[in-house]
Amino acid sequence: MTRTPRAVAACVAALLVSSTPSARAAQLVADLADHLVAITTGFTGADVLLFGATDSEGDIVVVVQGPRGPRSVRRKGRVAGIWVKGAEARFNEVPGYYWVGATRPLEDIVPDNVGALYQIGLRHLRLPAPTGVPAESVGDFRAALIRAMQRDQLYSSAPARIAFLGNRLFRTDVRLPANAPVGPYTAAVYHLRGGEVINASLTPLLVSKVGFEARVFEFAHRYALAYGVLAVLIAAMAGWLANLVFRRD
Amino acid sequence: MDIYLPIAEVAVNVFLILGLGGAVGFLSGLFGVGGGFLMTPLLIFVGIPPSVAVATEANQIVASSVSGVFAHWRRGNVDFRMGLILLLGGIVGSTVGVWLFTLLRGLGYIDLVISLSFVCLLGIIGLLMLIESLRAMRGRQVAKPKARPGLRTWRDALPLKMRFRRSRLYISALLPVAVGAVVGLLAALMGVGGGFIMVPAMIYLLGMPTAVVVGTSLFQIIFVTANVTVLQSVTNRTVDVVLALLLLVGGVIGAQVGARAGSRLRGDQLRILLALMVLAVAAKLAFDLVIEPDDLYSLGERSGR
Repeated sequence: MTRTPRAVAACVAALLVSSTPSARAAQLVADLADHLVAITTGFTGADVLLFGATDSEGDIVVVVQGPRGPRSVRRKGRVAGIWVKGAEARFNEVPGYYWVGATRPLEDIVPDNVGALYQIGLRHLRLPAPTGVPAESVGDFRAALIRAMQRDQLYSSAPARIAFLGNRLFRTDVRLPANAPVGPYTAAVYHLRGGEVINASLTPLLVSKVGFEARVFEFAHRYALAYGVLAVLIAAMAGWLANLVFRRD
Repeated sequence: MDIYLPIAEVAVNVFLILGLGGAVGFLSGLFGVGGGFLMTPLLIFVGIPPSVAVATEANQIVASSVSGVFAHWRRGNVDFRMGLILLLGGIVGSTVGVWLFTLLRGLGYIDLVISLSFVCLLGIIGLLMLIESLRAMRGRQVAKPKARPGLRTWRDALPLKMRFRRSRLYISALLPVAVGAVVGLLAALMGVGGGFIMVPAMIYLLGMPTAVVVGTSLFQIIFVTANVTVLQSVTNRTVDVVLALLLLVGGVIGAQVGARAGSRLRGDQLRILLALMVLAVAAKLAFDLVIEPDDLYSLGERSGR
């Protein structure tokens, strides 16, 4: 069973090598099985297949980031025995989703300077300084933001394992939870050898609401007054119908 | 089977929501209570964001109130004049309430205010229900104040008197406006109908005959919750019509079953059970407010999508 993928990989490798003028430049191709994740009724999350091939040895690291937007993190404090919202840090440009996977443990293949440069791994994630809190607590709020996003399953808690099929083909499943944000995502695939990134490939992913839910959402946001009135009318009619159906005299 | 709610932006189990609507509907059919005061906290427990729970519950109450008002209307037990005055206060109160809701939501305190309000409300209601049902079990009835014609009270000194023929009253219009306003405020902030405040207020404060009270309060609730629904939709976009429909279906069926079961089961035992349940929900909400959270840090609501 391993002969076929190896044969395919060999073919792909041969094709790639023969099509480049410089034999020293490493080749990397990567793609997603689906570029659109459609959120419809009954959406409970999705697994997106990512696969690709290289023509030389090395390790593969994949980072998938979701759309960036503002998020705030609150710290609770105790007031009169009740836990209430205290300080609030407002972050801008926070990725709504972060997933990282690698063929081997990250600390073995990605040195710190490379990780910091390409923002590989959550501890290298660059976030602009938040507003609303003093400088000394920024670190705590940043760590709390990452922790909370991990709790919501939007940030990966540990790097996923990417499997090599044969020597050159790799594949992995990227898990999107039910509460994944809507918008454009980017999957960045890095080919590393000897602690250096020798090639990279970017591939897009779109998460979008389609169908009934999307129309309801759009209607509620663009025609809010009509939506509200319609909701009331539907309720009133349902109530009248119920009375009609169950009337007992 | 899970369904994705477009406005709440969470996935919920369809049968859970239908069951929830059915259970609360059953209680409302059985005891003649609105159910909103139980439904909103239960929706929050199940994972619906509090702002969406409040606004969507107001939407559902429109349906149950419309369903209930017809029976009273047919028997002539709705004082429309009084209902309109109550409504006036209700529209003002609920509009102010939605404005307050939006303000608190922007400051990030809305979850806290909703929880605290429910703890107080459910605590008081639960205790009163428990006391009343224990008394009923022992055979003692709650005495109703007898109307003494000719005796001047502070109520008679108020201006803007109006004649309410159906209720056989000649009182100041300011009283029903005030009652309606308070109820409207609560509807906007907590997603409740407010019948549990209006009915005793109508009997004890306004002195209306008991037969007319429930029907007239239902009449007012329809328009006040409708107002809340529209305002919440326009201002905060927090009304989830899919969730409301699911609750509706369960609620209407449950209410019918409850109303029919009411004649066959022992009322006072069930009333104690209801009182205990209300107190349990209040206790859980209070507990959640007071225990130290696992993580002192939490994420705010996702803004701007």
